[in-house]
Amino acid sequence: MTVLDSRVPDGPLATKWEDHKFDMKLVNPNNKRKFEIIVVGTGLAGASAAATLGELGYRVKAFTYHDSARRAHSIAAQGGINAAKNYHGDGDSVYRLFYDTIKGGDYRSREANVHRLAEVSNNIIDQCVAQGVPFAREYGGLLDNRSFGGAQVSRTFYARGQTGQQLLLGAYQALSRQVKAGSVELHTNQEMLELVVVDGHAVGIVTRDLVTGEITRHSAHAVVLGTGGYSNAFYLSTMAMSCNATAIWRAHRKGAFFANPCYTQIHPTAIPSSDEFQSKLTLMSESLRNDGRIWVPKDPDESRAVADIPEQDRDYYLERKYPSFGNLAPRDISSRAAKVVVDEGRGVGPLKNGVYLDFADAISRLGREAVADKYGNLFDMYERITGENPYEVPMRIYPAPHYTMGGLWVDYHLQTTIPGLFAIGEANFSDHGANRLGASALMQGLADGYFVLPYTIGDYLAPQLGQPKVEVTAPEFDEAEAEVRGRIDHYLGVGGSRSVDWFHRELGKILWDYCGMGRNQAGLEKALSEIPALREEFESDVRVLGSAESLNSSLEKVGRVADTFELAELMCRDALTREESCGGHFREEHQTEEGEAQRDDENFAHVTAWEWSGDSASPNEHREALVYEEVQLTTRSYK
Amino acid sequence: MNLTLRVWRQAGPDAPGRFETYEARDVSPDSSFLEMLDLVNEDLIAQGEVPIEFMHDCREGICGTCGMMINGQAHGPQALTATCQLHMRTFSDGDEIVLEPWRATGFPIIKDLVVDRSAFDRIIESGGYVTVDTNSAPDANLIPIPKETADLAMDAAACIGCGACVAACPNGAAQLFTSAKVAQLNMLPQGQAERYDRAEHMVEVMEEHFGSCTNMGECEAACPKGISIDFIAMMNKDYRKAKFRGRRSA
Repeated sequence: MTVLDSRVPDGPLATKWEDHKFDMKLVNPNNKRKFEIIVVGTGLAGASAAATLGELGYRVKAFTYHDSARRAHSIAAQGGINAAKNYHGDGDSVYRLFYDTIKGGDYRSREANVHRLAEVSNNIIDQCVAQGVPFAREYGGLLDNRSFGGAQVSRTFYARGQTGQQLLLGAYQALSRQVKAGSVELHTNQEMLELVVVDGHAVGIVTRDLVTGEITRHSAHAVVLGTGGYSNAFYLSTMAMSCNATAIWRAHRKGAFFANPCYTQIHPTAIPSSDEFQSKLTLMSESLRNDGRIWVPKDPDESRAVADIPEQDRDYYLERKYPSFGNLAPRDISSRAAKVVVDEGRGVGPLKNGVYLDFADAISRLGREAVADKYGNLFDMYERITGENPYEVPMRIYPAPHYTMGGLWVDYHLQTTIPGLFAIGEANFSDHGANRLGASALMQGLADGYFVLPYTIGDYLAPQLGQPKVEVTAPEFDEAEAEVRGRIDHYLGVGGSRSVDWFHRELGKILWDYCGMGRNQAGLEKALSEIPALREEFESDVRVLGSAESLNSSLEKVGRVADTFELAELMCRDALTREESCGGHFREEHQTEEGEAQRDDENFAHVTAWEWSGDSASPNEHREALVYEEVQLTTRSYK
Repeated sequence: MNLTLRVWRQAGPDAPGRFETYEARDVSPDSSFLEMLDLVNEDLIAQGEVPIEFMHDCREGICGTCGMMINGQAHGPQALTATCQLHMRTFSDGDEIVLEPWRATGFPIIKDLVVDRSAFDRIIESGGYVTVDTNSAPDANLIPIPKETADLAMDAAACIGCGACVAACPNGAAQLFTSAKVAQLNMLPQGQAERYDRAEHMVEVMEEHFGSCTNMGECEAACPKGISIDFIAMMNKDYRKAKFRGRRSA
């Protein structure tokens, strides 16, 4: 076990980033064009990074498996983006946003990274407004804010219920400008299937064209992964269907350590599933908790219609358990509280698998029109999916896998353990600790892409001035391409009896049951024996039809699911190793008498970073100690 | 529910296409339209037949990936609803449903129900942005924007780039898509500096790829986000001004 060096600069927390920007090596503007950078993924992090690197003068190759750079799943974020502008004078500050994020992450994130995130949050809003992002405004023309879970100030900027869409389109447009200018070469329909490492440095990737099946090699001076998280390991999640972990998993297998894979976020407000064949879960923005009240009947055998259940027979359990935060308690706490009442048999809906999110009070207080103005598109979406009108009957919601705080381990420069390989946005682990607060994912993706990576990458590149990039004829590229072709041939040749989706669904059930909202030793050990068994079956019985030379979605999926099997095992192993509860990781053995998460700061105030050993059953464990200079570790309380 | 599907199958861009008939059995009315197709594909795989390729991703109506002609209507019978959010309760047991890809010259077919919409990206690249480098922006509250303007800009910005407007248009025109971006940026103070160049460039690139608008209004009716054709009028006005050089004034 080695202790990882996070390269956090010395000096006072408040000025670390400013001081460090001065200390880092620079690449002269005229020399930037001598460097090529590969950016994989065109979500908020990838698109903003590629655009900014292009503006700075680097030669950028950007890759997305989508048909356009505008489709990444960042687009689905509804509620908003945090920033410490304090436009409403309610006592917000960079320090408060920093503090809330550290506390919200249950003291398992790196102080210096989080402070930097809070610092640049304000630049993000400025940048996006200048791009023409139509944020909500007040009548005087200034920007409006709303509050979000885990905060007691109003710091969330939003564009109706489509904030992610508008921010992504802003980044996509900035990227399109660079494509037109020729500084960014954009490759759509291209999936990264292998990372190429030469002499310990990341120098390129191998991709497959999803339309023609063509396999191509690309080399560069550095590689940046902005390829998102791995919630789709659970099969049913709020992710888009094609979200996957292949890029980060291939990097992991080439030497990038994977940090805290067990930190997964289960979002409290998704629409409960209606049947076995459901393909995904749809999120209802957390912003709904500003005005909606969450409750279940007190009696598990309640059979009256909703409107006929009187106040005294309803249990507004979040308001009861957490009076000061109430319905705005952080996501992990709200999710577990919902699980508790559903497990008690007090769930609502035909399958008794949800809780009510009720707007009756808000409608009578603010009027239907004001509620529609704030949440109209979300209410419409709910009605389209369920056939029920939330203005008339309460919404039904239940937690769903939504975000993964774990990811590739990165240092303060966002560089992984492979020099030259950087990870940004949800693909890295760095800022959210064991639980992410609402409206912070958009903030982190854009912070990394616009304001952090474009500067830290210069420090890596500057000493390489004058060195040509590695040619794609290098033997390491031959090996990587052979590996890619070998996997494709293997899966097309298995000729088994079951579809890829069948295996993915079964894997998801194991993970949800044993590595979901509640985890315990026996369950995790069971998962660790069931996952390899299922994988063995998958390897010999999966059926992929069609050819490799055309669009073939089964073939795309089979490689992703194969990687997910290995990742799922690591998630369970990490969860088993972390003998404490923190944030989204709830070990049932470690809880207070009141059922709250019980941390063990003495033994677990560290990041666990796993190294691929060649065998998924025995990864090597490494640690980064989390040193808190500024914040006192306390028990989180939202009561 | 049980349904009969007539689906356009085409092995590749240059291959001949044909309709194939499939049965969808035991479909839950609560399932989504795409989950119904998933089920049909599971059956096809079980029978050793290559599954139907269709466009989809987020399945919550925002990424704009999905889209097909369902009984001749772009995104199917339900107004303001992308294909992925269409649910089977909209149909009846025993229905026959005809599925075709977006049909427009600007969107060549790749395979089955999948088309190439990259021409949309070319339009955005030609001017669908505000030129502002990272780090060069002033404080966000320096420019007050009336709520009414911000709301209208948001109405236009809600476009998801799915291409239903083009598919629904008898001329295969892309005015609604293009005007949504032109109008969003051209009505905001941030977009004024490049207002007329933007209109000119985007319209001209649009015309390289797509048909001409004859004010049929089918685009607005098919749009899952309810984008108004008023934006086309706004775009045309700016385009006309742009062409009269020297007479540009807001």
